Amino acid sequence: MGETPPRSADAGTGGSGVTTSHDRPAGASAQSAEYSATPSHRAPDGGGLGGGGALPRRRAFGAEQLFRVLTLAAGTMVLVIIVAIAIFLVSKAVPALQANHENFFTFKNWAPNEGEPRFGIAALAFGTVLSAVIALLLAVPVALGIALYLSHYAHRRIANTLGFLIDLLAAVPSVVFGLWGRDVFSGPVTDLSVWLNKYFSWIPLFGGEGPFGRAILLGALVLAIMVLPIVTSLSREVFMQTPTANEEAALALGATKWEMIRTSVLPYGRPGVVAAVMLGLGRALGETIALAMTLGATFAISFNLIQSGGNSIAANIANGFSESNDIGRGALIASGLVLFTITLVVNMTARVILNRRREFTEGAA
Amino acid sequence: MSASTLVSPSGTGVELRGRRLSKWAPLGIAVLALVLAAVVVYGTGIGGWVLVVVLGAVFYLAALYLVARNVEGQRAANNRTWSALIHSAFVLAVLPLSSVVWTLVSKGVARLDGDFFGTSMNNIGARDANGGAYHAIIGTLEQVGIATLITVPLGVAGAIYIVEYGRGRFANTIRFFVDVMTGIPSIVAGLFILAFWVLIVSPHFSADGRPGYSGFAAALALSVLMLPTIVRSTEEMLRLVPAPLREGSYALGIPKWKTILKIVLPTALPGIVTGIMLAVARAAGETAPVLLVAGGTAAINFNPFENNQSSLSLFVYGQATEAGRYSPDRAWTAALTLVALVLVLTIAAKLLARRSQISR
Repeated sequence: MGETPPRSADAGTGGSGVTTSHDRPAGASAQSAEYSATPSHRAPDGGGLGGGGALPRRRAFGAEQLFRVLTLAAGTMVLVIIVAIAIFLVSKAVPALQANHENFFTFKNWAPNEGEPRFGIAALAFGTVLSAVIALLLAVPVALGIALYLSHYAHRRIANTLGFLIDLLAAVPSVVFGLWGRDVFSGPVTDLSVWLNKYFSWIPLFGGEGPFGRAILLGALVLAIMVLPIVTSLSREVFMQTPTANEEAALALGATKWEMIRTSVLPYGRPGVVAAVMLGLGRALGETIALAMTLGATFAISFNLIQSGGNSIAANIANGFSESNDIGRGALIASGLVLFTITLVVNMTARVILNRRREFTEGAA
Repeated sequence: MSASTLVSPSGTGVELRGRRLSKWAPLGIAVLALVLAAVVVYGTGIGGWVLVVVLGAVFYLAALYLVARNVEGQRAANNRTWSALIHSAFVLAVLPLSSVVWTLVSKGVARLDGDFFGTSMNNIGARDANGGAYHAIIGTLEQVGIATLITVPLGVAGAIYIVEYGRGRFANTIRFFVDVMTGIPSIVAGLFILAFWVLIVSPHFSADGRPGYSGFAAALALSVLMLPTIVRSTEEMLRLVPAPLREGSYALGIPKWKTILKIVLPTALPGIVTGIMLAVARAAGETAPVLLVAGGTAAINFNPFENNQSSLSLFVYGQATEAGRYSPDRAWTAALTLVALVLVLTIAAKLLARRSQISR
């Protein structure tokens, strides 16, 4: 209670002047008549202002207290839900894991519906991470390029319109991207795969005898296109917050535009970009439907990107759910628990980075 | 080339500006690079016009760098190359995204008729050309509506706690986990509701004591996804309400809870509604949770609390994975409908945000 943290005011990512007015609790300077929840260290001046018995006595069950408890309960809901997710997933996963005849973490195949259930997460987790990482490798340079284009190269009016369009694209449901990837994009990607295989089959990534098409490459490309708007709009926001003074100082010293970007925009935006990439990674790891529609759904650990196959935890849940028995469902829930853990770690890391940056920028402002 | 010079007393020219490439040089280099790429590609027969463009772009970047380095120097060459790279990143991204939009519209209009919006898929076989998404639209509207009813009070109250009451470590923990929760995959939210509601709670309500899928379960899963988004956006808007408004109210002796309800919330309302609409738009497009806990059905089911329900996104997924002659058309039209719904919500939300009095 006592330690009002120095960054209780960090609402937006930018430390604008507006937010600084909330360093103290909103309205702390004016104690209301019924303000019953006065923290102990503030009690003396509250009493002094009120002039002894002039204030109504604070009631234990007044409207103020009721409202406060209600909002507290709502706020706590978030923590409750996160804990509940973990508890319920574990409770449903444990019976299936106990019935498993193989090691859950190292076995590659997924056959939980047989008389002797055998399933393991290895191939699925591998496919999830592989497709997400490739998607980010493809998307991040392009996304940063667009973000820089929109924040520092394009005409302001064009940049605003395009920024708006990119925000809209971030709202397009993933099932639409999946449908597009499956019906339209798989054609060109298959051609590309055949071409890569013809000339670059000596690289293990592009080996294999086919068939090509519904493979990690297609899934990763569709994922890349999906995370592109998110990473772009987050990093664009970060780049636009670069202090003008820094940019102008660089230009005044005779820097070219690129040198200005390299010396003032990129260092300032780096933590924000890292966080944006991590959030994009979280998105890519958890993406379900687009991958269920574009991957070949096999269970193998292979770095071959173009041969039909590939799978991910989330896609496997969507594909396998309808024909699951009790153990099968438990097995899918266990795999969901693994996915939950991975994304939780990724997201928490991203948020810690972002919060640190916030302290940094607000301290500097 | 066109360097302005200053004649020094001794008579020799001193250059004030560095030498610059002429305005047309990049264009010339681009044409040359394309021609060279075409010669290489078609000469060796290793690919088609796509490869020509890709190879041409690579040649262009390399040639631009070399020419600029010789004429203008190292730093200007770097500048030009990076600028070209940044612009090409933009072109590279516009291509697939515009392809998505184009196919969506061109394929989506095929079944955009009254039949599509007026009938369900009940008794529609693989060879029937008709059939529609009426049941799916009903499902989407009911599920998203219930989810909104659950989440909005909860999310707004949670945000009020964080901004107005919460102090210290506990409030910070809540804020942190709200942020983390925004990243929970939708399929995990679906599995959670499956484990919690469908498998454990719903048997107590159903007549035969067996777990039942329902639209309400889908609404619960969507609420899990919407809650952090709404808390976050509401929190940001509440923080933007100027402190003097609150203080003026306190000075008049208004209790804090009344101040929040009558002063703070109305001031932040447009922004809060924007955040809610964005969350609703995102929830309407979710497929995975609905697939897991609502089950999907071909018939119309108005009752969200009993029996399977479908939704637009689930309908798209179902039709896309079905091997029928007419199902792709239905899938694309449903996708177009879904995108239209989501975009209308998003655009309305953004326009509302622009009109709001307090803004970032």
